[in-house]
Amino acid sequence: MSMSLFRTCPDTGLKVHGPAESLIKANAVVAVVFLALGGLFGLLVALTRWQAVHLLPADLFYLALTAHGADILIFWIIFFEIAILYFASAILLNCRLAMPKVAWLAFILMLVGALMANVAVLQGDSSVMFTSYVPMKADHKFYLGLILFAVGALVAVMVFFGTLVIAKKERTYEGSVPLVTFGAVTAAIIAVYTIASGAVILVPTWLWSIGLIGEIDTLTYRVVWWGFGHSSQQINVAAQVSCWYAIAAIVLGAKPMSEKVSRAAFFLYICFLLLASAHHLLVDPGLSSEWKVVNTSYALFLAVLGSLIHGMSVPGAIEVAQRKNGFTQGTFGWLRNAPWGNPAFSGMFLSVVLFGVLGGITGVIMGTEQINLIIHNTLYVPGHFHGTVAAGTTLAFMAVSYLVVPLIFRKEIMFKKMAQWQPYMFGLGITGLSVFMMAAGTLGVSRRHWDMAFSDATMTFDYPPAVFMIMALNGISGIIATIGGGMFVIVIVASVFFGKKRGEEEVKNNPIVHQGGGTVAAHGSAESLHIPGTIVLVSLFFGAFVLYYFINWKYLSEIWPLS
Amino acid sequence: MSDTDNTDKDKEPIPGMQSLLDNTFLLLFIGVAVPSVIYTIWGVMEVANIPLAH
Amino acid sequence: MAITPPENRLWWKEPLHGIETIWITVGFLWGLFMTGMMVYWHMTGEQNLSNEAYRVNPDTYAEKVEAAAAQYTVREDEQSGIPVVHPPAGSDVYMLARLWEWWPILELEKGKEYRLHLSSLDWLHGFSLQPTNINLQIHPNYEMVLTIKPEQTGDFGIICNEFCGIGHHTMLGKMIIVE
Repeated sequence: MSMSLFRTCPDTGLKVHGPAESLIKANAVVAVVFLALGGLFGLLVALTRWQAVHLLPADLFYLALTAHGADILIFWIIFFEIAILYFASAILLNCRLAMPKVAWLAFILMLVGALMANVAVLQGDSSVMFTSYVPMKADHKFYLGLILFAVGALVAVMVFFGTLVIAKKERTYEGSVPLVTFGAVTAAIIAVYTIASGAVILVPTWLWSIGLIGEIDTLTYRVVWWGFGHSSQQINVAAQVSCWYAIAAIVLGAKPMSEKVSRAAFFLYICFLLLASAHHLLVDPGLSSEWKVVNTSYALFLAVLGSLIHGMSVPGAIEVAQRKNGFTQGTFGWLRNAPWGNPAFSGMFLSVVLFGVLGGITGVIMGTEQINLIIHNTLYVPGHFHGTVAAGTTLAFMAVSYLVVPLIFRKEIMFKKMAQWQPYMFGLGITGLSVFMMAAGTLGVSRRHWDMAFSDATMTFDYPPAVFMIMALNGISGIIATIGGGMFVIVIVASVFFGKKRGEEEVKNNPIVHQGGGTVAAHGSAESLHIPGTIVLVSLFFGAFVLYYFINWKYLSEIWPLS
Repeated sequence: MSDTDNTDKDKEPIPGMQSLLDNTFLLLFIGVAVPSVIYTIWGVMEVANIPLAH
Repeated sequence: MAITPPENRLWWKEPLHGIETIWITVGFLWGLFMTGMMVYWHMTGEQNLSNEAYRVNPDTYAEKVEAAAAQYTVREDEQSGIPVVHPPAGSDVYMLARLWEWWPILELEKGKEYRLHLSSLDWLHGFSLQPTNINLQIHPNYEMVLTIKPEQTGDFGIICNEFCGIGHHTMLGKMIIVE
């Protein structure tokens, strides 16, 4: 392998493989384009559900909602994840990327597929929602686009695994892979099951759409499709946790409190996280409660245990690092003195907190077999996953972008003030979207619904009047989130295309990688760990979790008896 | 045989669980097999066994 | 650091910190408890799905619903013209979903148990009974049966909460609960 394909990163000292770097750039840039596109569709949705504004007519609302779901939940997220996989393999392991030409083929397949699906949706005959439940039929291009995208993503995941094999064979690293790479391995494994499930159900659906297959069973479709639809969001969980560890390491010099514990937590994800696809099927006919309980609990909530572990390990690692960096005062001196003006750090920390509180707790609660009765298909569901996918994953990916631009694109971040405020703006907007949708959902309001006043229906029904104000606040939150997202796109696009080149001087004056801290004392001994602040944070979190859990059982016990 | 682990200075064997976590393809197998069996196959079998209405 | 390989070659042998052991134990026990809560609620709670379901041809299901309606219709709804069906307390009661209506309107008695049958004649629909807030997924070709015991009187809306095409937001049904 010619060394000329490599450069040495002046920030990290890592050997960077040129083709890998180009592929990371391409995937990340396209990801941001789909984020911008999907985000705008999201704004249209939020402004339509704000009843006083009611922006779009019904057909365009359902079109925009379909596009929003596909562009954000699939295209933005997975393009960015492929960039993360290449980074976590080739870059972190000092290795060449396996088969760059094949990786480009994967990229093209994904891009063509994503565009094809978007065209199908924009033509107006594929407003079937991201879930495309049969027997509602989209244009065949919609399914084919998703299939091409999935095949491309699978090829990219294979390139990732191939790179791991090369790195091991060529001994580009010693011992075990870094924790961040291990998290990426977890994400890639989840991606394989996800894409396989997608293929198993979307290929026959595509054949059905062109008339080659007579009928597709709706219940089988939902079981298998959610193996794809829900699992695709579990790729996010693993990828975003990796980003948390990576950002803490780069920005603060944090190291995992325990490699063993963090990796075991990822292992729990590998084994059990995907069972949660059953969350969507808890009120479907004919599936037994045994199947529901085993799957919806991720096998005794062992995958949730994994998240609880990361939920302590990440802030704990930050606290340890900050204390080593000299911020030892009181319980929270380390947190007060954290680099809140660095969007990579603030975005990451907000992602941890919001994901845990808004996404994590609510996900477990709505995944409780019986409680799902009061939540299924209400606005609570999108409220929950705006907590996971938008506040958790998207914010984490935004945060890591503030490191990717200087480290991989070799450009200085432009509009530093705007960048500083961006995670807060976006976090605030998404928090509002999440909380208000969950509030409306608790009052029974349906998701994916154009008119909660039912003005065109032959009968009348009134939701509690409060929901109109709640959905107005939701609309305002949508505007704030869009501004926050727009700030991100502006900063990143401007920096990538017009930013000042990051030369030696910038590397010296504006270091990205944490220099201080010195050698960290050996971890793994009980007396070296002093994390009182994290203990308080984690205890508060757990208290809120338990409280809200029982509140929802109380709500459930108030509905009519069913058996 | 593992070709990554043994440095000359340290001959102590890698613990089993660590070897498992270092074995990407074994993890891949577990990660695909567990949900395929517990979620997908069990789930589809339940759907297939729903009786006909009388 | 998390972006470099572990410094300790035998990282699995590092002992756990006390606080980590505590947190993992708490999390594990909480998971067991939450799993146990679902099982416990099946034994003692009043809100559980029976998961009773049958494969059914949509035409056959429509006939069943129409037969029951023909037998027990008491009047027509003024707004929609849909028949209001008042079946005997404790009996099997039938409702169907189709683009874009719930048919018929059921009039049930408070405090009585009914075996409610639900299915769709065409696409997926969502049965969202409000304001009590009970939400079920309704499939074509599958007849779902559950026992339901209304606890308040009044008019209850049945909103379709599964997207079912351009008329989805007009799909509104009714259940009337009387003393």
